[in-house]
Amino acid sequence: MPDRIVVPLVSILGLFALWAGAAALTADAQILPFPWALAEPLAEAIRSGELPYHLGRTLIRVAWAFCLAMGLGLALGLAMGRLPRLDRWLDPWLVVFLNLPALVLIVLCYLWIGLTETAAIVAVTLNKIPQVTTVIREGARALSRDLDAMARVYRMPGLARLRHVVLPQLAPFIVAAARSGIAVIWKIVLVVEFLGRSDGIGFQIHLYFQLFDVTMVLVYALSFVVVMLAVEWLLLQPWERRIRRWRAA
Amino acid sequence: MIGLHLLSKRFGAAEVLGRIDLQIAAGETVALLGPSGIGKSTLLRIVAGLDPDFEGRVQCPERIAMVFQEPTLLPWRTALQNLRLVHPGLSRAAAQDMLARVGLTDKGRAYPAQLSLGQQRRLALARAFAGRPQALVLDEPFASLDPETAAAMLALTERLIAEARPATLLVTHARAEAERLASRIHVLVGQPAVLREGA
Repeated sequence: MPDRIVVPLVSILGLFALWAGAAALTADAQILPFPWALAEPLAEAIRSGELPYHLGRTLIRVAWAFCLAMGLGLALGLAMGRLPRLDRWLDPWLVVFLNLPALVLIVLCYLWIGLTETAAIVAVTLNKIPQVTTVIREGARALSRDLDAMARVYRMPGLARLRHVVLPQLAPFIVAAARSGIAVIWKIVLVVEFLGRSDGIGFQIHLYFQLFDVTMVLVYALSFVVVMLAVEWLLLQPWERRIRRWRAA
Repeated sequence: MIGLHLLSKRFGAAEVLGRIDLQIAAGETVALLGPSGIGKSTLLRIVAGLDPDFEGRVQCPERIAMVFQEPTLLPWRTALQNLRLVHPGLSRAAAQDMLARVGLTDKGRAYPAQLSLGQQRRLALARAFAGRPQALVLDEPFASLDPETAAAMLALTERLIAEARPATLLVTHARAEAERLASRIHVLVGQPAVLREGA
């Protein structure tokens, strides 16, 4: 087996070993159960359809917020990186939003828009846009002037220029923004659900928190971690390898 | 044809180019010589429409091609795609034919990084001529090549120009290249720089 499968696998097993060791030292399943003690409650939650339902609700919110934040952040970052005047005007806004705590934006969105799905997704999106914008702006500032001149002399149409000249140069920055984006977004989605939704992983964790049920909190949290790892390994990394093909050639 | 009627070009307070009148008819090649830093590339960028910030007028046909000092290819696209993305009207067969004419017949699927510098330059040349340009601007296209490759490139360029007959403006610092390709030679001199007949 190649290293890129073996190393992460062994590394994850190490984490489980650490967990088992800690559980043995705690010796109280109420506070920290053994990893294998989660198997039965997990199977039950899947059988009852509860876990798939809440997982699905959360995933839909993550997908919406991710697409909106990436799309808007990409457009804004590209515009700010290319147009220094716009950058000077919008940069203070960016600093304000970058430093606004996620919790404040969430509470304000719920207060202003109401305890709705829209408010939840808007809150997560607004939390993520500034970070995506900052990363993409760095990439847009570093765009090659020579390729830009080439595209202009040969009158390449705008869309072709974006797709074949600009976006390939931004690809490493887009991957970086997507990677950190998806990790941050699902955490904020959980907070949003915790505070104001009646379904989703965050809501379930809220429920079991009130019941002081550590096992079920871990079952829900870990099931989502597994899904996000699958996204990383099955979607993000293969996609990244694909767009890097020309470098390896 | 290319028509340039330049009154002045400044970078900030410094006037780089002075009054310059230059007409290049279709099928004619004009070479521009001069020491580095005099403003040759600035003049080319004005002619190519890349720098609109000058006093004067420039006339240039719609179908213009430029060969840059560097190959300036899209590293993430194959040789064939580098031709066809820049010229959307170019058929696959025509692009393949163009590759063959610059000696890159079997390199259509190669990425630029897999080509030698000489091959990359020939690909850039293929890209310039694939659009059947009415105007052609060459910015030291043979710089940093070994003498043998440079001579081959020169012969290839000469042949392609003779076929397509665009109005050509060539910037170089090698007088031999200028004399081989051009029917007229100008030298940029002075501060701000102006043209002087150099033939």
